[in-house]
Amino acid sequence: MTASAVAAPLDAQARIAARSHLANRAFIYTFLALFAVLYLLPLFVVIANSFRPLPEITQYGLISLPQSISFEAWADAWSTHCVAGTCAGVRRNFYNSLLMTIPATIISTVLGALNGYILSKWRFRGSQTLFACMTLGVFLPGQIALLPWAYVLGKLGLTNSVYGLVLIHVVQGLAFTTLFCRNYYVNIPDDLIKAARIDGAGFWRIFRRIILPLSPPILIVTVIWQFTGIWNEYLFGTVFTSGREQPITAALVALATSGQTARHFDVASSAVLIAALPPLLIYFLGGKYFVRGLTQGAIK
Amino acid sequence: MATLTIKDLHKRFGPVEVLKGIDIEARDGEFIALVGPSGCGKSTLLAMIAGLETVTSGQIWIDDRLVNSVAPKDRDIAMVFQSYALYPTMTARENITFGMESRGVPRAQRDEAVRRVAQLLQIEPLLRRKPGQLSGGQRQRVAMGRALVRDPKLFLFDEPLSNLDAKLRVDMRTEIKKLHQRVGKTTVYVTHDQVEAMTLASRIAVMHGGSVQQFDVPQRIYARPSNMFVAGFMGSPTMNFLPGTLAARNGAACVEIPVANGGFVSLKLARPLAKAPGDGKVVLGIRPEHLYRYDKDLEARKPTVVPLTATAELVEPTGAETIVVLKLGERDIVGRFDPDSAPQPGETLGLGIDMAHACLFDPQTELLMADARA
Amino acid sequence: MTADVSAAPGRPWRERLAAWAPVLILAPSLGASMIYVFGFTLWTCWISVSSSTLLPQYDFVGFNNYVDLWNHQRWKIAYGNLLSYSVGYVLVSMALGLALAIAIDQRIRAESGWRTIFLYPLAVSFVVTGTVWSWLYSPDAGIEFLVRRLGWTDFDFRLTTHRETALYAIIATGIWHSSGFAMALFLAGLRSIDTDILKAAAIDGASPARIYRRVILPQLAPIFVAVAVVLLQFAIKTFDLAVALTGGGPGISTTFPAMFVYDFMFQRGQIAIGAAGAITILAALAIVLVPYALWSTWRARREAAQ
Repeated sequence: MTASAVAAPLDAQARIAARSHLANRAFIYTFLALFAVLYLLPLFVVIANSFRPLPEITQYGLISLPQSISFEAWADAWSTHCVAGTCAGVRRNFYNSLLMTIPATIISTVLGALNGYILSKWRFRGSQTLFACMTLGVFLPGQIALLPWAYVLGKLGLTNSVYGLVLIHVVQGLAFTTLFCRNYYVNIPDDLIKAARIDGAGFWRIFRRIILPLSPPILIVTVIWQFTGIWNEYLFGTVFTSGREQPITAALVALATSGQTARHFDVASSAVLIAALPPLLIYFLGGKYFVRGLTQGAIK
Repeated sequence: MATLTIKDLHKRFGPVEVLKGIDIEARDGEFIALVGPSGCGKSTLLAMIAGLETVTSGQIWIDDRLVNSVAPKDRDIAMVFQSYALYPTMTARENITFGMESRGVPRAQRDEAVRRVAQLLQIEPLLRRKPGQLSGGQRQRVAMGRALVRDPKLFLFDEPLSNLDAKLRVDMRTEIKKLHQRVGKTTVYVTHDQVEAMTLASRIAVMHGGSVQQFDVPQRIYARPSNMFVAGFMGSPTMNFLPGTLAARNGAACVEIPVANGGFVSLKLARPLAKAPGDGKVVLGIRPEHLYRYDKDLEARKPTVVPLTATAELVEPTGAETIVVLKLGERDIVGRFDPDSAPQPGETLGLGIDMAHACLFDPQTELLMADARA
Repeated sequence: MTADVSAAPGRPWRERLAAWAPVLILAPSLGASMIYVFGFTLWTCWISVSSSTLLPQYDFVGFNNYVDLWNHQRWKIAYGNLLSYSVGYVLVSMALGLALAIAIDQRIRAESGWRTIFLYPLAVSFVVTGTVWSWLYSPDAGIEFLVRRLGWTDFDFRLTTHRETALYAIIATGIWHSSGFAMALFLAGLRSIDTDILKAAAIDGASPARIYRRVILPQLAPIFVAVAVVLLQFAIKTFDLAVALTGGGPGISTTFPAMFVYDFMFQRGQIAIGAAGAITILAALAIVLVPYALWSTWRARREAAQ
């Protein structure tokens, strides 16, 4: 804006507007910064304290700047820490989580994509109702399934086993993955499928050549949500497995609440990070897919 | 009194210059149209007049006030949007009174204003409904009501009829024109439809690539377009452009147009050109309605008509007239004919071109060199 | 498009098999889901009206277990906590989420950075959140310790050690965890508002506060409802957070219905009462979700008709 473009009586008006605008901006940034500190505080505490020797933590508290570095806590948490009689750290539990989460995520996502494809493009009589019934599974509280699963796992010989958890998470995850994929595939124009059928393509061909190439966005979102949800799950982990067989989220509670380690903040911090890192990393690397899943799925 | 003056206005978005020196004005009570293809900058110009976009350089004056840095709500303007922009959670009445409420107008005055405007636009029965329950035309009228009730100095319309179907568009166009005649406010109207511009405006600014190509009354824009872009953009079907060469035949100035088999036809100019281009190359522009079937009567009635031969290729009857695409040498030429005497497909006929209405353009600069009326 | 499932005579078996492919693939998933949704629910329901203690007994004792449940001191505390928690958690998370969303919507810089910060708790389990915050609440190493170290030696912030205040610690931590989620959804809603409407309001002369109150927020109404419903679901299912943060204590002052169910089913060998608790939790969820589902179907139908 050239200086000559602003006449004298407007200077005052423009100046007042500019001043209040600046005040508004300052307020907004202060507000956001305050809450950002509040949100980042736990993350900072956990990261910093996993690298500090315990005497320092005891002396200066959790919320203070690190003065020395020690990697002992990590090694301790990983392989030597004692929880409820066993002194093997959380390494086994971490592997259990991997063994549980990765297969369950892959299987439930694949099935969800196929189901979503069928329910959106190969509708048959009653498919709407069946789909609605299936969707109910998303909202079912875990408590309803505890006793029945105990019975089923017992009959199948999968008690106190990671594979039992895989089964549970696949069956329970199906509802969510099917819902997500089906809502996404519904937006693929039916005309594409009709054209393909005229060209002679059948069920599998259409899936492979038309549906799958269009799927990466929804598959990524589904995989991320499933992985995070299954990894972070606690109730079933703690009910159906114990001790060395537990996934890490359940083991973490045992570690953090057991009388012996309650005050070992350094080891506990490392354990927390070990438990939290995989989903956190996925979040920081693939954040926008998280949000996409939110806005698509949560507002059913 | 409400006049709008825009002086040497420029607008830049980063490195891209969207408006390159706009100079136009609207007198009190005038209806001016900004017309042009998408991307020509007309909507940006309107947004700057409204105060919704900042000025990079130049001046915008409303009456005697320089409004470059004045907020939209203080410019005393009202705007009607292409998407109507009605508040979806409020009734039509609330939509209309929202501005007045925001400005603290007392209740009695508000009600009176709504009554007046609703009667003018015939939307009284719709006042209780929400936008979702109204049709496109009804929504547009409520949007106009919201603008009218402000009683502003300036009315701004941003392609208000683009979202309506063809028939409704024509009806609403008439309503807008009637409204302007009754209310008489200075209006700036943006559209990409040149028919709307021609029928509604007292002066038209044809825009292209960020600058005003011509700013004039509709008749002169139509008959004396300042360059080939304006000539081609205004008028439907488009003006015919025939490249040719200036020559002198039998002592008279002519334009020679190539026809089939390497031949030429000489078309005698109604008036000689004041200044001829160096290489003698010109583009002859002639509108479809100035093509006729050539016969002796025609020659007597219109002495400026010159004959040539062409073959009808395609015939498009529209009911009121028939549009015919004819082949003249290598080129297509379009004409408008009376349905009763229109050429048949495949028919070779004598065609008459009324050179009194012909325009000559310079092929390099695309500027108008002369029209026969000079 | 319907599946051409009818097998015409004479078609090659491979083609007929392919025609049945959709049904064959869907069947196991559907079957498992039906068993999971209906079979498990009915089974738990039956247990809840039986006299089972440590092992299932398939008899029928009417609603005795439910009567016992609602007379139980511990259950009363649990659902009292749930009510208080739901109100505080849902309302404040939404208010904070809305404030953050409006702040971020003001065309500020580094917007995605701010969003990332407020949303990351979503990637973290309630167990981790509860554990870390329990440390921050502890008087000998957490916030109270810090403030005292900085000089205010009388500062008191031992929420989790007192019966009366422990629930507030859980509510505050729940809000910390979930307001980012509310913020993300509100931000998406704010962004989806037609900018022409905002321009019209600017020309109409409305102040920013008025524009938010009369034009923007009313359009977000459906999102408010959706967020509230999702947060209520989380609240009703609260288990991980309470276990990790306070373990239900001090004593049983911060126990929740879900913890009650776990306790009675697997620690005390009272599966019938535990099942009754589980069915009650399901009923609470149904009370929240069924009206919402009906309302959104009604809304969708109304919008389609216009």
